[in-house]
Amino acid sequence: MKRFFIGFAVVSLLLAGVVSYFANSNPDGLDHVTEVHGIAEHAKESPLSGSLFADYAVGGDDRFTGVAGVLGVVVTLVLAGGLFWLLRKRSPQGK
Amino acid sequence: MFGNYRGRVSETIAMHMSDGLLNAPTSLLFVVVAVVGVGVALAKARGDLDDRTAPMAGLVAAFVFATQMLNFPVLPGVSGHLLGGALAAILVGPWVGALCVTIVLVLQALLFADGGVTALGANVTNMALIGTATGYLIAVSLRRFARKGKGGIAAVAFVSALVNTVVASAGFVVEYAIGGQGGVAFGTVAAAIIGVHVLIGIGEGLITAATVTAVTAVRPDLVYLLRGAEQKLELRA
Repeated sequence: MKRFFIGFAVVSLLLAGVVSYFANSNPDGLDHVTEVHGIAEHAKESPLSGSLFADYAVGGDDRFTGVAGVLGVVVTLVLAGGLFWLLRKRSPQGK
Repeated sequence: MFGNYRGRVSETIAMHMSDGLLNAPTSLLFVVVAVVGVGVALAKARGDLDDRTAPMAGLVAAFVFATQMLNFPVLPGVSGHLLGGALAAILVGPWVGALCVTIVLVLQALLFADGGVTALGANVTNMALIGTATGYLIAVSLRRFARKGKGGIAAVAFVSALVNTVVASAGFVVEYAIGGQGGVAFGTVAAAIIGVHVLIGIGEGLITAATVTAVTAVRPDLVYLLRGAEQKLELRA
């Protein structure tokens, strides 16, 4: 049980921390279509675009994409895991 | 303008709807839709969470976050990435799955400035609510095939994820029709968005099939879709 969970976490960390450097940097389907048809002209920068980890970089330096990715995986795991742990049905024995 | 767009793209891993594509009332409308939908999911999720499935659900959310970073090429100059609704629904159920994708989208918007803030309601509606619900409904309707070994579950995961991507993208088309900026004709937006998302859906299908097959191989008891099937069998027996 524990081994599977640890393995699953390691896979996510490797994907976000290492494989993310090989991600395709072209716009995704939605961005492409909105750009081609001029809809993206209306796009506004996120109010958080100046924040430390904006665009999966650290201080705008995307050599640290892997660091941002690992941080994202850890924060997601803590927030989601914590929420789901609090929400769960407790078994009668409290175990 | 073109130079601008080039520069912007090269420095970002682009994902999700930005702010400003929808007018303010439409953005607000979908914030309300998202809040109601996520509220229902929160109320229903409890029934699917126990000491074993709660950690699994946290790991599924983390996996969806990681995989959403991995844009793959779909056409020259165009990429796509996993949305994750079908994946999450097959592994942890529709209610918990919708919460997994929601948490990922909120974190992306707030921590990584990926996707707009006022657009968060529409992004959650499309990817976390519509995508997860669609993926789950397709997967459940095909559940009898999922029980038929590795090929069966892989095929069910692939089809559920492909349809999840296409229907989630149709959510954008509807939102754009209600209150999109730029006045592009409905048919034009629909054809372009749905066309490219069929291709992205193939990638989503392959990733989902590979992931679900891998989990099923080692821990079939942690696959929500198969658990439902087992319970039914037990009840009959």
